Amino acid sequence: MKFKIKQTSLKNVALTIGAMALLTSCVNTQSDKTYENAVDIPVNQEMVAELTDPPFVPTPVGNRLAKKLIVDLEIQEREGEMVSGVKYIYWTFGGTVPGSFIRTRVGDEIEFRLKNHPDNKLPHNIDLHAVNGPGGGAESSFVAPGHEKVFSFKTLNPGLYVYHCATAPVGMHIANGMYGLILVEPEGGLPPVDKEYYIMQGDFYTEGKYGERGLQAFDMQKAIDENADYVVFNGHVGAMTGDNALTANVGETVRLFVGNGGPNLVSSFHVIGEIFDKVYVEGGDLVNDNVQTTLIPAGGAAIVEFRVDVPGSFILVDHSIFRAFNKGALAVLNVQGEENEKVFAGEIYEGIYQPEGSVIQSMPTSGSSKPKEEIKALSFEEKMKFGKDKYMATCVACHQGNGQGIEGAFPPLANADYLNADVDRAIDIVLHGKSGEITVNGKKYNSVMTAQALSDEDVANVLTYVYNSWGNNKTDVTPEMVNAVRNRK
Amino acid sequence: MKLYSTTLFLVCSILFFKATAQNDSMALVKGGVYLPLYGAAGQTVKVDPFMMDVYPVTNEEYLKFVKENPKWKKSNVISLFADKSYLTKWENDTTYTGLPNAPATNVSWFAAKKYCECQGKRLPKIDEWEFAAMANEKVADARRIESYNQYILSWYETPRTFNNPIGESYKNYYGIYDLHGLVWEWTQDFNTVLITGESRKDGDKNPNLFCGSATIGASDLMNYAAFMRYAFRGSMKARYSSQNLGFRCVKDIEI
Repeated sequence: MKFKIKQTSLKNVALTIGAMALLTSCVNTQSDKTYENAVDIPVNQEMVAELTDPPFVPTPVGNRLAKKLIVDLEIQEREGEMVSGVKYIYWTFGGTVPGSFIRTRVGDEIEFRLKNHPDNKLPHNIDLHAVNGPGGGAESSFVAPGHEKVFSFKTLNPGLYVYHCATAPVGMHIANGMYGLILVEPEGGLPPVDKEYYIMQGDFYTEGKYGERGLQAFDMQKAIDENADYVVFNGHVGAMTGDNALTANVGETVRLFVGNGGPNLVSSFHVIGEIFDKVYVEGGDLVNDNVQTTLIPAGGAAIVEFRVDVPGSFILVDHSIFRAFNKGALAVLNVQGEENEKVFAGEIYEGIYQPEGSVIQSMPTSGSSKPKEEIKALSFEEKMKFGKDKYMATCVACHQGNGQGIEGAFPPLANADYLNADVDRAIDIVLHGKSGEITVNGKKYNSVMTAQALSDEDVANVLTYVYNSWGNNKTDVTPEMVNAVRNRK
Repeated sequence: MKLYSTTLFLVCSILFFKATAQNDSMALVKGGVYLPLYGAAGQTVKVDPFMMDVYPVTNEEYLKFVKENPKWKKSNVISLFADKSYLTKWENDTTYTGLPNAPATNVSWFAAKKYCECQGKRLPKIDEWEFAAMANEKVADARRIESYNQYILSWYETPRTFNNPIGESYKNYYGIYDLHGLVWEWTQDFNTVLITGESRKDGDKNPNLFCGSATIGASDLMNYAAFMRYAFRGSMKARYSSQNLGFRCVKDIEI
């Protein structure tokens, strides 16, 4: 008897599962029916949207049916780090710059719940470029600190769209990081690829110059003058370098969702050493093939795709190139896998950009050349810390996070014979630059390093950091040593 | 006649002293005309003289008020007059969190209005508040001075100033503290200048907001600093309250 009951219930379970499978198949996947007007696409079921922090994106929509999609986004005003040693108060959608990535499909009905954290000082709102309606939702979403606003809209046009805060003063809200991307996939989803990432450029305006330590306030005048101190990907310098670099394997197709929050600057987005196989121009339907650099307007976006054929570090830049090497607009994609000599033989001098031309140029020095109120390192530990900050702000773009350099382009500093052989030569190169062929650890380099406008303190700190990292000979470089080199004929 | 004048003088003096005793934490704002942010080009607004609290109302003072007026205790308050965020950080009806001399925040407009009425005062009008708040330490209208605007803008970006005690920001031209640098403050007519949340459209709706400021020809900094206040006020409703929003009272001058 007992057994029988069990059997029956098992059968029931099986039946239920069968029915559910049947149900799911007809409810959740694509029907054959097509709609001429996206407004007519019916929605069924409710789903809470998966939101991700950059550089990651939520699961593709695939062939799911249109749904009522609940987007729960919290606004946070919080302190973050612009570059090592430099703090900034960011205003964020979801705690990150750019804000959380929102992934939808055409026909979804979005119920948008915008929450303004009670600790926040300011009212905010959201204007989604994916919305057909007044203000892109801005008026309906204007929310006081400690409150929540709910509004809804239907996604009608597939594409990649920017969202941002539009509360007065709009420029300041955007300049502090209030932007992100919302993707509306077409019916059936975008074609699958191997890797997808989320990158958004933004320009920042601080009271102090690039790298000046401490909490830096927003500088309205610089913003009005469009004179950016920082131009960065994903909110701060080095968001995607070193341990945080993007990764892919040889043979994979990489899709980047690239946005530009502005507030002012237009991005000339380029990946050094790669050609975009496909660009969804301005994030819309138009696909352009074989593109080197694509223009991304402030308040605009693009989807770029490329297959990575050879291993190595590929550098993502705003090809308005001073922004990349001097203001932070630089990220790294590390590709692992087998070499392919047919594609790239390695011995050809290729893919290197020499921003400063063939003669050594120096950074402009500001008269006295001594920044005001320089904080002096009092201990070896502090020297290492300040040195690391300076390294991360100035050197990392070429010599890389662990001093490994980039083969063929930028010589390594890690365990480097050339460096360890002569400390005065190293000081001289930092102070006065270097060009022409050198051999480091058995490999030839023929590049240019610019003279750096650093104080004796800074040079001592950064070189001490370099000499005491990555297997180097632990030289302690003092400001006096630097000064001696600076003053010699 | 002489006797009469002397008596009158005496009475007035007594009244005057009484008044000063009562208003010892208030300061005189002499009034005048000013060009507000929202005004049309050249359209100035006259502000009559009034007395203003030197400091915002503190936690301690507000506790005294709720003890005397139990209707305004956290557990008693009518939801029509204060939403759930009312005194949200208070542990219970009679225990606030934070410093006794930190500004009372998370108070709705209705509650703030009542508080002032109980003191024989009232909430300031936007024009009164803005008029008094134009001052820096030295001058009555500092709106074109860069350091004044920079101070306000940097406060916008300093987190959690609501925890600070009153009186730590600068003493302004009138002897008033904390109009900038501590918390936002309620005004009687906070919702009369409409910022809809769609600030760009506000430009079409109420061109005065833009034309006015453009014709002043003043720095954009000045407009930005003030814009934020109008935007904040526009986001509030009378039953709302906020962690960063306190209040102070004013009083008409009896003539």
